[in-house]
Amino acid sequence: MQITDFNPNIVAFCCNWCSYAGADLAGTSRLQYPVQVRIIKVPCSCRVDPLFILRAFQRGADGVAVCGCHPGDCHYATGNYYTRRRMALLHNMLDFMGIERDRMLLQWVSAAEGAKFAKTMTDFVENIHMLGKNTRLADWRVVNAGNNETES
Amino acid sequence: MEKIGVFVCHCGSNIKGNVDTAAVVEQISHVDGVAMAVEYPYMCAEAGQAMIRNAITEHGLTGVVVAACSPRMHEATFRKAAERAGLNSYMVEIANIREQCSWVHRDTVSATKKAVALARAAVAKVHRNTPLHPGESSVTKRALVVGGGIAGIQAALDIAEAGFEVTIVETTPSIGGKMAQLDKTFPTLDCSACILTPKMVDAAGHDNIAIHTYSEIEKVEGFVGNFTVSIRKKARSVDMDKCTGCGDCWAKCPVKRVPSEFDSGLCNRTAIYTPFAQAVPNVPVIDRTNCVKFKTGRCGLCRTVCQPGAIDFDQQDEIITENFGAVVLATGYDTISLDKFGEYAYHDSPDVLTALEFERMTNAAGPTDGRIVRMSDGHKPKSITFIQCVGSRDITNRGKTYCSKICCMYTAKQAILIKDKYPDVDVQVFYIDVRTPGKNFDEFYRRAAEEYGVKYIKGQVGKVVNVGDTLHIQAVDMLEGRHMDIQTDMIILATAIQPSATAKTTAGMFSSSVDQNHFMTEAHPKLRPVESHTAGVFLAGCGQGPKDIPETVAQASAAAAKVIGLLVKDKLMTNPCTAATDEDLCNNCGLCGNVCPYGAITYESKLTASVNNALCQGCGACVVTCPSGAMDLHGFTNRQLMAEVDAICK
Repeated sequence: MQITDFNPNIVAFCCNWCSYAGADLAGTSRLQYPVQVRIIKVPCSCRVDPLFILRAFQRGADGVAVCGCHPGDCHYATGNYYTRRRMALLHNMLDFMGIERDRMLLQWVSAAEGAKFAKTMTDFVENIHMLGKNTRLADWRVVNAGNNETES
Repeated sequence: MEKIGVFVCHCGSNIKGNVDTAAVVEQISHVDGVAMAVEYPYMCAEAGQAMIRNAITEHGLTGVVVAACSPRMHEATFRKAAERAGLNSYMVEIANIREQCSWVHRDTVSATKKAVALARAAVAKVHRNTPLHPGESSVTKRALVVGGGIAGIQAALDIAEAGFEVTIVETTPSIGGKMAQLDKTFPTLDCSACILTPKMVDAAGHDNIAIHTYSEIEKVEGFVGNFTVSIRKKARSVDMDKCTGCGDCWAKCPVKRVPSEFDSGLCNRTAIYTPFAQAVPNVPVIDRTNCVKFKTGRCGLCRTVCQPGAIDFDQQDEIITENFGAVVLATGYDTISLDKFGEYAYHDSPDVLTALEFERMTNAAGPTDGRIVRMSDGHKPKSITFIQCVGSRDITNRGKTYCSKICCMYTAKQAILIKDKYPDVDVQVFYIDVRTPGKNFDEFYRRAAEEYGVKYIKGQVGKVVNVGDTLHIQAVDMLEGRHMDIQTDMIILATAIQPSATAKTTAGMFSSSVDQNHFMTEAHPKLRPVESHTAGVFLAGCGQGPKDIPETVAQASAAAAKVIGLLVKDKLMTNPCTAATDEDLCNNCGLCGNVCPYGAITYESKLTASVNNALCQGCGACVVTCPSGAMDLHGFTNRQLMAEVDAICK
């Protein structure tokens, strides 16, 4: 598959207090990043259930990013510490399942780091381009029903 | 049957310029459950809001999606509009197609596709929304001000004048902050102490103001309207009630060579000391690291001479806990360390001063009684050179990338002060740019250059060498394009300012964020400049960013107005997006309670967990932890978020 044909599907979970505001700042500063990134707002990165991520992969997402406040800066004091542990375990589980661990990104982006958000997303999408399409976990019944093209 | 209305905003050309809004309307109207979709140039305008209200009544909408700017801008606006039309405000969702779409993607075709996906996700979510009703919480009608500089003092006075109790917590032994150290203030050359000390005295004498100096914030709990704050009052070793401030103790203290923090190290103080003559409160502290009594156990002279018997060597730190409704963070600034700036010879020559040190020297109450002398030999200098932007606008990692904002003006001020005292002294300033935005600022700078004959040279200094009793400067005059090798008797460095060392930890305790330079972050850079991201916590002064005294005072009064606006309320609406247990699924395992940072989950019924809505802040840690899926978060339920994931991946 040519890289140019591949239009990855990226889901980014952003916490309300830091990363969502960081993404907004990227917007206000007109910092460009790939259009494939679609953001879902959560109150805290610790609200991101690993099941959401697996669900996204199952429904055809090629990469999932989870962004939260920097450790120590969590609006809810300790939420992102749980995120950090959960995502470490999820990474191991992805290894175990044979899904490239780089398809899942955990990154800390503060409300002041619009440039970091844009760069993180640009780099992430570039990485996903190199990994290619997520075929391992995509549920073909669902993906076929959608608009995405299948490949053998 | 769900009837969802989708309202697509153009935001003038901000959205429409990059997103084909007509195509978004067309495509979203075919999505299941969407009863109607329209576009309008400005949804947030009254006409746009009326459109939403009318559609709710006309179509009997059960849910509303507004595809517009960030929910951080106008979510509240659109929720209110829905509420006015009789629809529960939590049946409104925002698709952020401006900040997170039209502004960050240039290609119209793909940006339109993304806007449709975001709107579809919002529709999928709102399908699963349920009406929510905010609860109420009480307001403790007292305010806490952290920091006793001019920002903290001004905020405290304004709040106290409105009739509310205020507590000021200051780390140093006296309130007054950096402004107390200054000589004159630009651009009017008012004497700093003359305008500050009356305010200090007002604060100290105000019935509604309590001042805790030599104190630190220890612990913070609670939320807007109901903060519980523990304050550590460090052991002063002097009884505040008995001390009369007579000064016998520090006159007799044998430890006389501790560099004075207040005088920027230009002279020494004793181990028992008040930082300056007009200190408020005028009660000394014993600096236990330098006191002979505490180091060796022998001495105690101060106790012997103290008539009222106020000296107490056994005093311990005291922790007091108080409740507050609102907080102002005014933690102020420090200058950066010059350890990494060896080229300016700051550590090699006593005649190289920072601007704050010079401020003490030129101050009539300072260590030289206002005489400007070389620290090396006590002689009057014949030429003085200022170097600007020392560590400011510095993209190497040893300095700060930002402009410290106040230096151009205080340099002009200090140059004028020198010329006023000694017209025969040569004064020159090395600058990158002279920045003078402010009322009467440029006029002031021009007075320095034109009327007082201060020589401004555009260029940076490469090296300062201390040779014998003169300082040799190697620099470049950029306008004339020539290398300069000049001699001067004294150098004053405009050192970059940075947030005080405690800013980050203090902000953290109040769950308020700081930026990459550790300045506290305001909730919105334009429209909410004195609010932090945490409700009930407000910002004032240089802790939020470099600023001069007029701006600091303005911001402090603004923060005070916000505090007063909060404290006059009897009840606050609480966020209804809290966690809740499904009692049929909960097996009382106790994991949720372990992860809750607020202690909001209890197991009193012995059968299921229960969430205290007043304490729950809605982070969702418990929801993800719950192994049986019994816990869920209103407004961000598993079904809602899964639906968003599905819609986005479609």
